[in-house]
Amino acid sequence: MAEAPKIQLDVVTPQKIIFSDKIDKLEGPAIDGLIGILPKHAPLVTAMKIGVVRISKDEEETQIAISDGFMEVQPDRINLVVRTAETPDQIDVERAKRAKERAEEKLEKDHEKVDFARAEAAYERAVARLKAAGHHDHGYTGL
Amino acid sequence: MQNMKDIQRRIGSVKNTQKITRAMKMVAAAKLKNAQDRAEDARPFFNKTVEVLRGVFTRTSEETHPLLEEFEEGSHLVIVITGDRGLCGAYNNKVIKEAEELVKKEDASLIVMGRKARDYFRRLNADIIAEYVQLDDYPGYGFSNNIAEEVMHYFLAGDVKKVSMIYTHFNSAISQSVKNMQLLPVEKFSELEMETRGGKKAEEKDEEEITKKYVDYIFEPSPTEVFDNILPQYLINVIYSALLESKASEFGARMTAMDSATENASEMIDDLTLKYNRARQAEITKEITEIVGGAEALK
Repeated sequence: MAEAPKIQLDVVTPQKIIFSDKIDKLEGPAIDGLIGILPKHAPLVTAMKIGVVRISKDEEETQIAISDGFMEVQPDRINLVVRTAETPDQIDVERAKRAKERAEEKLEKDHEKVDFARAEAAYERAVARLKAAGHHDHGYTGL
Repeated sequence: MQNMKDIQRRIGSVKNTQKITRAMKMVAAAKLKNAQDRAEDARPFFNKTVEVLRGVFTRTSEETHPLLEEFEEGSHLVIVITGDRGLCGAYNNKVIKEAEELVKKEDASLIVMGRKARDYFRRLNADIIAEYVQLDDYPGYGFSNNIAEEVMHYFLAGDVKKVSMIYTHFNSAISQSVKNMQLLPVEKFSELEMETRGGKKAEEKDEEEITKKYVDYIFEPSPTEVFDNILPQYLINVIYSALLESKASEFGARMTAMDSATENASEMIDDLTLKYNRARQAEITKEITEIVGGAEALK
């Protein structure tokens, strides 16, 4: 059997191109739910939300924590354009933990005083980072 | 003939000035390197955004979105990006001039960035609705986010009919060009300015190719929701890259200006040294003549 087709993935942030490689499969959080992309996917555009993108290549899995952005898919390539993206080795776990605690504190306080949406986004980002870095024991139930 | 002491004093002061301009040039060069790297790193991101947006526009020519609608009423909101400090050649003036022409022509409100623009338009009593001074040398994404939100707020509230931005595009350390770019309503893709593409013909061809390429786009969950997300992001990206380009341009302009100032100082020092030597020689000749004259008189 011929080698299974692969799909070119580029993860682009304002700072740099985080990831650029041919992959077998991508799974990530679109705004209306988890979306999976395999090679030869139909052309598609969707917006992404904060979460973890899982990439498989030759049985190996990489996780990338992303914040919001959008994704464009063509049969042979994926453009993932996001505000921030980090591979596990780029994630500062301690910092993410602190950020999560800070956000939790804010969320528990009086809602009128804090910018709820902002704190929530900070919380989601921290959780996504921890998740991508392999810390699963945080009781996060979303994606 | 000028007094020797005066000349010496002038040489000293020119030398001091030269030290300053040389230091400024060095600082600008170091910052330029950093700013230029950032501007260049942001380009793929910007290009991808534009690429996707183009695709979306091609597919959904009938779609409308609040950020795409043209209004008849309201003023023209202009974002003017200059630096906080001078000593950078014509960098600030070029931007201000372009903005001033616009202000004279139509009813314009301004968001000024950088002290130079703020001071100038304050003197003109222009309608400044927001001002940002003492910008970071390397503007962050969050800052652009705030600006984009502010601009969208004004636009969606119907206060302004059009938003554009005047900034400086960085070509190289010695060449920068002032650009006037429309932000809102977001221009449909065929009118979108593509920095990377050549003349008009190339663009027409591209258009065809792109039309073919994007014919079967699926929008998850719907074109409107994709627009809701992409358009604000596009705006942030454009502002972000304009800020980076402007900063890189400022440092480039400053470096060039300070380089030629340092050179001019060198020339001036050479001139003055020559003058000084002439004065010194004249002085010596005069003294010798006096001594010889005195000796003759004693005979």
